[in-house]
Amino acid sequence: MRFTRRAAVAVVGVAALLAASACGSSDGSSGGGSGSKKVEVFTWWADGGEKAGLDGLVAQFGKDCAGQEFVNGAVAGGAGANAKNVLASRLQQSDPPDTFQAHAGAELQDYIKAGQVEDLSADYDTWGLKTAFPAGLIQNLTVDGKIYSVPANIHRANVVWTNKKVVADAGITDDPKDMASFIADLDKLKAKGIKTPLAVGKDWTMLMLLESVLITDLGADKFTGLWNGTTDWNGADVTKGINDFKTLLTYTNTDRDALDWTDAEKLVMDGKAAYQLMGDWEAADMDAKKFADYGWFTFPGNGDTYQWLADSFVLPKGAKNVDGTKCWLKTVGSADGQKAFNTKKGSIPARIDASPADYPKYQQAAMADWKTFKQVPSCAHGSGCSQGFQGAANSALGAFSTNQDVAGLQKAMATAASQFAAK
Amino acid sequence: MRRLRHWGPGLLLLSPSLILLAIFVYGLIAWTTKMSVSDQHTALKSNGFVGLDNYKNLFTNDIQDRFVHSLRNLLIFTVVFLVGAMLFGLIWALILERGVRAEGFFRTIYLFPMAVSFVASGVVWRWLMNPVVGDGAGGINALFASLHLDFLQNKWWTNPTWGMAAMAMPAIWQLSGYVMALFLAGFRGIPQELREAAAMDGASTYRLYRNVIFPQLTPVALSALIILGHMSMKMFDLIMSVSGPQWLTEVPAVYVWQTLLTSDYAKAAAISIVLLLLVAVVIVPYLIYTNRAEKNS
Repeated sequence: MRFTRRAAVAVVGVAALLAASACGSSDGSSGGGSGSKKVEVFTWWADGGEKAGLDGLVAQFGKDCAGQEFVNGAVAGGAGANAKNVLASRLQQSDPPDTFQAHAGAELQDYIKAGQVEDLSADYDTWGLKTAFPAGLIQNLTVDGKIYSVPANIHRANVVWTNKKVVADAGITDDPKDMASFIADLDKLKAKGIKTPLAVGKDWTMLMLLESVLITDLGADKFTGLWNGTTDWNGADVTKGINDFKTLLTYTNTDRDALDWTDAEKLVMDGKAAYQLMGDWEAADMDAKKFADYGWFTFPGNGDTYQWLADSFVLPKGAKNVDGTKCWLKTVGSADGQKAFNTKKGSIPARIDASPADYPKYQQAAMADWKTFKQVPSCAHGSGCSQGFQGAANSALGAFSTNQDVAGLQKAMATAASQFAAK
Repeated sequence: MRRLRHWGPGLLLLSPSLILLAIFVYGLIAWTTKMSVSDQHTALKSNGFVGLDNYKNLFTNDIQDRFVHSLRNLLIFTVVFLVGAMLFGLIWALILERGVRAEGFFRTIYLFPMAVSFVASGVVWRWLMNPVVGDGAGGINALFASLHLDFLQNKWWTNPTWGMAAMAMPAIWQLSGYVMALFLAGFRGIPQELREAAAMDGASTYRLYRNVIFPQLTPVALSALIILGHMSMKMFDLIMSVSGPQWLTEVPAVYVWQTLLTSDYAKAAAISIVLLLLVAVVIVPYLIYTNRAEKNS
């Protein structure tokens, strides 16, 4: 009995000691942060062209911001879903990274509304960014007169990527210009033994495809309206768009729900599919994978629309190393930084003073288009939709993949729009 | 003073875990409940009380009945998982109990999958359950093709109706060994005298198991069911690593995660509470039952 009591006291003592040491260590780590020269950059760029772009940016950061140390806080996972989860919990715990990646546009508004990011308008003036970026982009970035993020790049979503050999073997010489000729080409490929000429992956990649079809069937202005609440999702033109989308799905691989975009890309590279609709990061990724025989065209019927999305960096409220973060943001917005990043990632610079000669041929074409085309946002990539809207849309597309219920998808999107759009 | 000395040390010993439980389990349940009746649908602070609206909306007003769909997925998963794991566990335990050579070896083999995390096995099963049928099949489907059993090829978890049954396969593979261990312990706990007495009475092997041994295994079977059942209802990691979060395989736990991602805290809290109640419906009667059984013995 005496022994057990002594043991009990010992156990309690050890527990108390452990608790004390645990508190002590956490105090130490948070206290050490204030004078830190480390800049933790939180992204979802963990491999492929994205990682190469980040490395380029880091090299430039090393030159521009001597004395600051880059800390990679990348979290891998398709379209950033995993990273966003980690970020959300860190912001909840008031433990933000020094800067984080966020899609510019509607998605950033979630953070702005929550008061989680700082106003950068004054720095835009200091760094001369208001004249370096096109006026249209500045206008898109401005929320209630303030700018909260520095875009590192511009991507385009409505591009179809092709396997040139497969397309040529089917006797297709011209890029399709409208939905009818696109479907005729898909039929030709099918007749040549390409069972699934159009490669697609899980929910969000199908959402991208649906968006492109809707741009064709509704036109740029009405399409933009779908995401800000001015176009009715219940309209007959939307029904036609969803039916066209359903037709296109019959040309796609049936295992789409199990594939990420890189798996679908592999179908194109392996010649099992001829086409894939994907953002223009696919160019850099195919280059990195040493696949040179690819072509591209704007989604049939999209005409002069540039469905844009941008990755941008922000200054979170409560960042530990504000000077370091501002230096990072300055690098991101600078001509050298944008060049270092975009030549590797396969995107184009948001700046209009960049020299096209520095870029590969796809980007040269895209840079020319960026200045003259009509801009529309992308829901799947956050320039058009808040995260809630994206989540509902992805879920609806996931359901449509198996049930093929046109009315059901239309109703789901209409409900989601009334719930999330334009609030 | 004497009474204090009587229960004081015990209370002191328990107090750290009591305090931790009070804060991190019951405190957070209370906080989640409060959140689930608020209207905090964004990251913005707002603490309006909306009663049971969030719950009502889950069942009646969710886009495409997403929540009901996730419950249905969970039901299929749970039934297949429980039946499968119990069946395999019982069969393996019976075989080992009947005396096989190298029992220790097989016991270890059957138990090993349990040591693997759901995330790790999920990644492997994601590849095994490759849904491509015919040309370009992979994983189990490729195996079927090379054995000329092509008719067995199927779409596994991407089947819209029965996909969740396929999703239960990795879980069965992982936990059958555990059920086997429980049953084996149950078998070993039955005194030899009972078997001898039955043999003396001229009972056949079938009668011996049917009337003497199985009735004594009921508490073991019940424990196994409860343990597997509550694991199944909270299933998250396996599904996240096999299919990722998506409509086809969404269960309430994954839905909570997806909802949190969009900062809809009230809705996520409501789903969590529904999930907690579901688990409680299974666990609480069991706890009451075991409490009574212990008092009676």
